[in-house]
Amino acid sequence: MSNAYSPPGSAPKIDYSQILRDAVLASLVAFGLFFLLIGVKTDQSLNNQMILVLRPGMLIIVCAVVFVGRLAIGLYYARRDALAPAKAKKPKGDLALKLEKYGLPVFVGFLFAYPLMVLATAGPSGAIKWIDNFGIQILIYIMLGWGLNIVVGLAGLLDLGYVAFYAVGAYSYALFATSEPVKAFMADMIGPTFWPLWAFWICLPVAGILAAFWGVLLGFPVLRLRGDYLAIVTLAFGEIIRLVLINWVEFSGGYAGISSIPRPSFFGIPFNASDSGFAARFGLEFSPIYRTIFLFYVILILALITAGVSSRLRKLPVGRAWEALREDEIACRSLGINTVSTKLTAFSIGAMFGGFAGAFFAARQGFISPESFVFLESAQILAIVVLGGMGSLLGVVIASIMLVGGVEILRELDALKAIFGPNFDPAQYRMLIFGFCMVLMMLWKPRGLISVREPSVFLKEKKTVSSDHVKEGHG
Amino acid sequence: MQRWLTDPVLKVENLTMRFGGLVAVNNLSFSAGRGDITALIGPNGAGKTTVFNCITGFYKPTVGRIALRQGSIPFEGNVETLTDSSSPTLAGPGGSLYLLERMPDFEISAKAHVARTFQNIRLFSGMTVLENLMVAQHNPLMVASNWTFGGLLGLSGFRRSERDAVEKAKYWLEKTRLIDRADDPAGDLPYGDQRRLEIARAMCTDPVLLCLDEPAAGLNPKESLELNTLLQSIRSDHGTSLLLIEHDMSVVMQISDHVVVLDYGTKIADGPPDDVKADPKVIAAYLGVPDDEVEAVEAEVGA
Repeated sequence: MSNAYSPPGSAPKIDYSQILRDAVLASLVAFGLFFLLIGVKTDQSLNNQMILVLRPGMLIIVCAVVFVGRLAIGLYYARRDALAPAKAKKPKGDLALKLEKYGLPVFVGFLFAYPLMVLATAGPSGAIKWIDNFGIQILIYIMLGWGLNIVVGLAGLLDLGYVAFYAVGAYSYALFATSEPVKAFMADMIGPTFWPLWAFWICLPVAGILAAFWGVLLGFPVLRLRGDYLAIVTLAFGEIIRLVLINWVEFSGGYAGISSIPRPSFFGIPFNASDSGFAARFGLEFSPIYRTIFLFYVILILALITAGVSSRLRKLPVGRAWEALREDEIACRSLGINTVSTKLTAFSIGAMFGGFAGAFFAARQGFISPESFVFLESAQILAIVVLGGMGSLLGVVIASIMLVGGVEILRELDALKAIFGPNFDPAQYRMLIFGFCMVLMMLWKPRGLISVREPSVFLKEKKTVSSDHVKEGHG
Repeated sequence: MQRWLTDPVLKVENLTMRFGGLVAVNNLSFSAGRGDITALIGPNGAGKTTVFNCITGFYKPTVGRIALRQGSIPFEGNVETLTDSSSPTLAGPGGSLYLLERMPDFEISAKAHVARTFQNIRLFSGMTVLENLMVAQHNPLMVASNWTFGGLLGLSGFRRSERDAVEKAKYWLEKTRLIDRADDPAGDLPYGDQRRLEIARAMCTDPVLLCLDEPAAGLNPKESLELNTLLQSIRSDHGTSLLLIEHDMSVVMQISDHVVVLDYGTKIADGPPDDVKADPKVIAAYLGVPDDEVEAVEAEVGA
């Protein structure tokens, strides 16, 4: 490859003094910021008086970290920019396409084998944590991410209240499953054991439909809104649902939530220690691990259905209309696309998958309260979609593993105690580290991990569309 | 033969559009003939794009009637019947009539089959060229996919329609010489190609009337010539009537059958291009009054 702009052999010039100055400035800013936050600590003296304790060591460490970090970033970008012309024309994006094509099936295969692998390595008692905290927890977020991806990634409607649909799904299942009239009705009609065993399987579609209905309900008032305004209204919607759940005590139990929600059965066979339970029927020794493994496969199938349906929808006229809506709403209307119904289908289908995930969440926990549906959840799901790269299924998977799994892993990092002293509790710092990682990610990949768009149809050759052209979806 | 009087496809009557105190279009009436290329011209700010936005439903006119005809249903009598009814459409012997001012914008494209392009190009730049043309065929494909349910199940009827849609897109890509760029993002195309793609996209909606807002803006003379051929072939091969706003006089005078001139929202001339070109009111509107300048531009227009 010839390069007309720089003579061959000339070393790329890097302005080291500028980078150094940047780093010093950044560490000074950090000093100013953290002087009061970290450098000084209030404490109680022996006389029960409040005193200030200076922590210069901690402050110096933080400033040094910022200095080194800024230096590293500066050097990285300077080197990259210096080398950029030499490999500017390198075709990119095909890698992402290959990853999406081969990476997803490999990953799905891995997921199916995951519980058995963990069981073989960690044993039944150790495996529960790995299957439940890592497997199921991450899969719930992958499913939520894929659901929200329809609204934000494809249709470009910035939804900050997605957790509301998750809550609607969870409460629909919890309320139906624990409702005395329904229980009595089912006992009269079919038999006393029917409802507790089958409630999950019957309520799962109901929860999805109810969530979709609430999706349409939210969709109507926000049809005319775009961008920031849409985000604010959806945020408020999420909060309204949560506050109603807190304050309407007769309906939802308020802060106390709903407990003893029936757990899912193995298609009619309960997971308990009784003679008719799962373990006894299959000649196994009773252990709670079977239920966990079963739940893992349930959420895996649910998540795969979400992925299958949303990737299929993308190739259908409705999916193309969503993407066209993200690109240019006025052009859509000039081509005869009913933008009202297109937006509402995006909201309702996205909400429906949130509702499924919510019903599963309630069934897995056995207890729900409004505490589980705070704004931070919406923010985290949105962060997964944005970090993954809007519209990309594989990106959501990677981002969920990083954000959810990473935060869980931080709880396990006792090795950090060796650096920061025995009182250091990594779990308390996980949100700080999480935020720091997000900032780094956005510096490195501002359009998400997988930032190319795969066309829904092609004539001769499938070429990915670079994110430079794809709109970010502001309404 | 003045087709816009004997066989109109579009009749705009007493159209007035006010924005607060500003009268953008004032009591405008004109017709566009079936199979004609009608040009709407006028100085900057004359209200041409406002007229377009009223016809395509992006604005609701303050006063006025905009009637579109599909097929050979006579205007006389039927328009009055339709106006007195509350419905926006009237199906009669040989075709249907539409009152566009009563329809929402997307239905004007979907039902009345009036397509448009934009002065500042509005492509789906993050989607490929082919995808842009597929989005334009949304409504027939939506029916073929049984409103998504059939498509989700992979019924063969939908796959066939999808193939047909790709074929239609290919036809227009070949016609606009964009076939080699079919799989590239629309945002990657050079300006002239983007203009042609927007016309191809509008044609994929099977329009009866195609409204082009300054199709030649920013094109070089060669591209401009090519555009003339494309527009003439759209008119003759597809029976689509064209209504265009244009500043490029070489385009207007060469291809249009009928020219309507607006100034300050009012119609100042209406007729065949040669008559309009000689109209002193038009020359004054475009150039101001001094004689020597008029002569200079007269020479240019005449050439």
